[in-house]
Amino acid sequence: MAHTQKTFDLLKVAFIGSVDDGKSTLIGRLFYDTDSIFEDQRSELESSSRRRGESKLNLALFTDGLRAEREQGITIDIAYRYFSTVRRKFIVVDCPGHFQYTRNMITGCSTVDAVVVLIDAENYARHGLMEQTKRHLAIASLLGISGFVVGINKMDLVGYDEAAYRKIEADVRAAADKVGAPELNIIPISAVDGDNVVEKSAHMPWYTDATLLSTLETLDVGVRDATAPFRLPVQRVIRGVTATNPNFRGYAGRIASGTVRVGDEIVVGGTGPCTRIKGIHTYDEPELKSASAPDSVVITLEDEIDISRGDLLAEAARSPGESDEITTRVCWLGQVPADASLTYLVKHHHRYLKAKLVGVNRKLDITTLTASDDDQALGMNEIAEIRLKLSQPIAYDRYEENRTTGSVIVIDPRTNQTVGAGLFL
Amino acid sequence: MKRRNDLEYLESESISLIREVAEEFENPAILFSGGKDSLLLIHLAIRAFWPAKIPFKIVHVDTGHNFPETIEFRDWLVNQYSFDLIVGSVEDSIRRGTAAEEKGPEATRNRIQSITLLETIEKYHFDALIGGARRDEEKARAKERFFSHRNEFGEWDPKNQRPELWSIFNCKKSVGENFRVFPLNNWTEMDVWNYIQYRSIKVPSLYFAHKREVFSRHGILYAVTPFKPPLTGEKSYEAEVRFRTIGDATCTGALLSGASTVEEVIAEVARLKTTERGTRADDKVSETAMEDRKKQGYF
Repeated sequence: MAHTQKTFDLLKVAFIGSVDDGKSTLIGRLFYDTDSIFEDQRSELESSSRRRGESKLNLALFTDGLRAEREQGITIDIAYRYFSTVRRKFIVVDCPGHFQYTRNMITGCSTVDAVVVLIDAENYARHGLMEQTKRHLAIASLLGISGFVVGINKMDLVGYDEAAYRKIEADVRAAADKVGAPELNIIPISAVDGDNVVEKSAHMPWYTDATLLSTLETLDVGVRDATAPFRLPVQRVIRGVTATNPNFRGYAGRIASGTVRVGDEIVVGGTGPCTRIKGIHTYDEPELKSASAPDSVVITLEDEIDISRGDLLAEAARSPGESDEITTRVCWLGQVPADASLTYLVKHHHRYLKAKLVGVNRKLDITTLTASDDDQALGMNEIAEIRLKLSQPIAYDRYEENRTTGSVIVIDPRTNQTVGAGLFL
Repeated sequence: MKRRNDLEYLESESISLIREVAEEFENPAILFSGGKDSLLLIHLAIRAFWPAKIPFKIVHVDTGHNFPETIEFRDWLVNQYSFDLIVGSVEDSIRRGTAAEEKGPEATRNRIQSITLLETIEKYHFDALIGGARRDEEKARAKERFFSHRNEFGEWDPKNQRPELWSIFNCKKSVGENFRVFPLNNWTEMDVWNYIQYRSIKVPSLYFAHKREVFSRHGILYAVTPFKPPLTGEKSYEAEVRFRTIGDATCTGALLSGASTVEEVIAEVARLKTTERGTRADDKVSETAMEDRKKQGYF
C-alpha cells in the first residue's frame, strides 16, 4: 500500500470526457497498478464482477459505487478516490460523461488543479471528436484549470496504430486551442490492459514520453501565488474573550488570495473605508505575523468599522472592482432555460443577492467551438456570456484573477436548485 | 515540528465548512458517535470559533450497545468543554414502538438507529447535522457533497444531488428539509491519524492495543459483550486487539494489533492491506448496504 507519506504535495485531478471513453476503468486501473486497491475492495470488485457475468475484473466498479450506476454500467455522479505515491498525494475525481449529468462534471472540475480528458480511439475512427468531449474541454478551460492531460484510450482496439493516434492528437490540439486550453500532455493508453497508465506499454514503442502516472506526478499546476492581491471574504464575525482581550471582535474567513501582514492597509469592499490589520489569529497560533491563502484565520482591525458576513477585506493598494452590473460567463445547469423575467438569487462567496438576467451577449457553439451572438435563449449545459443586474453592488475580481471573488452560483428561488455557474469577465 | 501543508490545507477547508454551517442554518448540531472522526470534527469546530464557544449542540445517537469506554470518553469530552449534549436513544425508540429490534445472533441496532436519528432531528428541529463521514471510507460516501440535501423524510437522493461549485454552498431549502454536512469529506484515515499526532489530540483508548476477550465469526473478530455473546461452538479467547473504527459493539470488528501509541498506529495503518471499514459487518449486508442505509436517513 502506498500510504506512508514522504511528501505533502497534494494534486486534485478530475477524469473527464464523453460517455464510455473509459474514465472509471482508467481510475480503477491507476489504483490497481499502484497497489492502492485494498484486499477487501478487491474481493468486492471480484464478486461484483462475477455477479455480472464478467470474466475479467470490472475496474469501473471501483468508482461506480451507486446501485443505479452498477445496474446501468454508467457513471451518474462524481466519486472521489484518494491515493498517494512517494512523489505526490492525489485526490481523484471520476466525472460522468453523459450530457444530462454535465452539472455533476462541472461540480467535480470546479475545485481541481488538473484534468485528464479521455478520448476513445476506436469511437473516434467512426465519429470523430464527440460533442461531449469538446464540451468538457471547453468547460475545463473555462474553469481555469491549469493542468491538461489527454489520454487517447482503447489503443488496443485500433491495433496500437501510431497514425490513428497522430490524427486524434492533431484534432484534439486544434479543439483545445479554440477554447483557450493550456498546453496539453497527450498519452496513448489502454485503460483495460494498463498500457502507459503506470507501466510503459510494450505495444507502442513509437511513444517514448511519460506514462499517465508519471505525468500526473510531475505536472506543474503552478504554486499558489503568495504575491497576488490579498482578499478575505468575511465569513463570520467572532466575538469572545482571549487572554489579552476581554472584548475580542474578529473577522473570520478563509484567505482567497495573497498574503496579509499585521499593519497592512486594507479596504472594505472596492470603495469602502480603509483601516489597518491589528492582529491575525488562529486557535493554534493566537498571534501570527502573517497568513496566506488558503488559511482560515481571524483578523482584527485597528478601527471600529461596520463589517459583517459577506463583506470583502482587500489590499488597499490593489483594490477589487465594485459594481451592481456584472458581465459574466455562465454555464447554465438548470433543466429549465434561463428566464429574463425571473428574479434569481445569486451567492457570491458568503453573500446572497437578488439578480436579473439583463441580456445574453454571445453563446458558445459547441459543435464549431466558436461564439455566436444571434441567440438569446440559454438552455441546459449551454455556455454564454451574459449581463447580470444585482440588487446591491459587490466587490469582485475577474475569475481569471481570483476564483473566489470572481464567481457566483445562480439559484432558482422557486426550487432552491443551483441552476447556473457564473465566472466574471 | 515540521509544518504539514497537506494537513493544514484540510484543516482550513474543514474550518471554513464548519463556520459556513453556523451562519447558514438556524439550528445546526454536530453528530458525535464516539469515534475518532466525530472527535476530530469537534476539535476542528473549537478551532473554527475560537475564542468564542462552539455554537452547536452535540448529538449522540446511542444504540445502547456501545462499548463502555465510548460512553466514558463522550462524557469526559462533554464535561471538559461544557458542551450541550443531546442523546437520542435507540432503546427509547424501541420502547415507543417506532423501531423494532432485530432478532437472532446477527441482530444489530445499526439499521434502526436511522429511525432514532430522524426522530431526534424532528424533536429538536435541527436543520443541519454535521457528520464525520469521509469519502475514502466507502463507495457510497465517495459520492457525497459537502452540503448534502435531505428531503423532509431525511432521504438522500444520490441520483439527483445539487451541483456544488467551488466553495460556494447553496444552503437554501424548504421547510422540513435539512442538510447533512461533511467537513471531513477529503480526509483519509491516514490524514486523520497524522492530524491527531500533529495537533496532539486525545483519542479513546479503544483505538490502541489492549487485551480483550474476543471470538471469530465470518472472519470478523468480535469483542465478547452482553449484546453479542459467542454462540455454542464459537470459542472465545483473550487477544491483544485494537479497533480501527468504532461503531456499535455488535457490528464493529477488532484488529489483532500491538499498536499502543499514535506513532505505532500510523505505522500500522500504512502497512494494512484492508480498508478501515473492512471489519464493519453493517457494510457487508449487500453490495450497496451503505447507499441503501444512507437513502433511509443514515449519515
